[in-house]
Amino acid sequence: MTIVFAIFLLTMLVITAVAIVQSSNLFVSVMLTSIFSLLMSTNFFVLDAADVALTEAAVGAGITTVIFLSALALTATQEKPNRSGRGIALIVVGLTASLIIYATFDKPRLGDPDAPVHQHVAPYYLDNTMEQMGFPNVVTAVLSSYRGYDTLGEVFVVFAACIGVLFILDARTGTGPKYVTRKMTGLRHHLIPQVVGRILVPFIVLFGLYVQFHGEYGPGGGFQAGAIIATAFILYSLLEGEQAALRAVPRSAQLGLVICGALMFGMVGVLCMIMGGEFLDYSVLMENPVTARQIGIIVIEAGVGMAVCGAMLSIFHAFAARSAEDTDEAV
Amino acid sequence: MIEWLLIVVDIVSWILLIIGSICVLIGGIGVLRMPDFYSRIHAASLTDTMATLALFSGMILQAGFSLAAAKLFAIMLFLLLTGPTATYALANSALLSGHKPKAAVLEKKVE
Amino acid sequence: MKLFEFLGYYNYWVFAILLMIGFYAVIAKANLIKKLIGLSIFQSAVFLMYISMDKVEGGTAPIIKPGVVDQLYSNPLPQVLILTAIVVGVSTLALGLAIVVRIKERYGTIEENEILDAD
Repeated sequence: MTIVFAIFLLTMLVITAVAIVQSSNLFVSVMLTSIFSLLMSTNFFVLDAADVALTEAAVGAGITTVIFLSALALTATQEKPNRSGRGIALIVVGLTASLIIYATFDKPRLGDPDAPVHQHVAPYYLDNTMEQMGFPNVVTAVLSSYRGYDTLGEVFVVFAACIGVLFILDARTGTGPKYVTRKMTGLRHHLIPQVVGRILVPFIVLFGLYVQFHGEYGPGGGFQAGAIIATAFILYSLLEGEQAALRAVPRSAQLGLVICGALMFGMVGVLCMIMGGEFLDYSVLMENPVTARQIGIIVIEAGVGMAVCGAMLSIFHAFAARSAEDTDEAV
Repeated sequence: MIEWLLIVVDIVSWILLIIGSICVLIGGIGVLRMPDFYSRIHAASLTDTMATLALFSGMILQAGFSLAAAKLFAIMLFLLLTGPTATYALANSALLSGHKPKAAVLEKKVE
Repeated sequence: MKLFEFLGYYNYWVFAILLMIGFYAVIAKANLIKKLIGLSIFQSAVFLMYISMDKVEGGTAPIIKPGVVDQLYSNPLPQVLILTAIVVGVSTLALGLAIVVRIKERYGTIEENEILDAD
């Protein structure tokens, strides 16, 4: 039964992708991208990847769509027809697709327990997590402890991308005169969505915090929680307007979250070195290595959550503030 | 006695699940067959309300008294709150952006 | 069993097709936002391939159930890689969109051929 469901979902994915590329209305394409992400997330869940499904649902279907829409508001919603180079592109794509499909026959089939991927380090993680970390979610353990270097790198990539967006869009700190003259007031004239949204915001934040601190025992962790909490604040700013949202979480607080989060992660690593261990080796932090690792993981997961939440919020506000500005200033 | 009750609960839950699935199906057919935007939204809103209610009640009965049932109940409340709101927001913004129902256009022509 | 084997390849076929749909949007479309959408489809296809590799037949999500012996779990490593890649993906996408916004302000269009003509 699951197999039928999986085949249906995968086929829907292909159909949605074709529709996304075919549609000449960019608005339609972006909304279909959201559906595509939701289907992808269900697919991940069918493939036993609960943590990834949660991330894809929060980031792909939620935040990506909002960022795309705010970029569309600044550019164009209609694609101009262009047919040049289409034939060559189709030939190249068709040939490459058949080559890749031919290559897949050499891959181990889905779910093969003897596949090379399952032989190397994965059994070590699965066997030792409970003993060394004292909690059951192996994904969180690998993410924050066994492969902590990778995660530190990823957090800094998010940090760098956020700074890049702020530089390119020239977002100013503080509330200059440009933000005061803003006329758009959110959804004031839509009473029902506003009331329902106001009820939802605190619950979304609460759910985000649950995902953050329950990440050791169930699917969840800093990346998902950061995205979910950012969604709550983005919803708030859609409902109440840009200014109210900036009053609730000012620009400096958003940047502070990103910087503090990334620094917190790095500082824990440095602290481990000062205590006589290796970088990001939490076991030296306290007498009992298991408790020490748990505390280290909670702290760095909080850092990841703060960094992701702050980065998503500042990226969103950089786009949203730009659409509010007068365009005559632009060169 | 207990076994009897379990069988009844099982039957009721399956009836609810089937009603919910039929509602989803009708909603889907409606979206494809209805003539204009507003009647399509009307058809689709069936999946927001009736189908959500029936499917989730069925699943809660299947889950019995457990944490899963409580979670399903919370999801049901959430969907019942957000689904109709989203439908309303969609219809409202369509109306505000000047999208006329087909029936109104026809009436004008007759006049 | 036969059906399961078929699905095993079907996952990878969908990966190949999605990858190429995304690639087509990147090379054949002149609209810059469409190119970025294509890039994100391309990215999602790669995610799908990694997550397909982590599946173990008869396994479950890698959250250890205490006291249960002989339970198979899916491979946690690809999941960790993709989990972080999704968040990094959206940040880099935002960077791309920011550049597109600036291009629109400078050239007044986001169609590639018109930008090349303007230069």
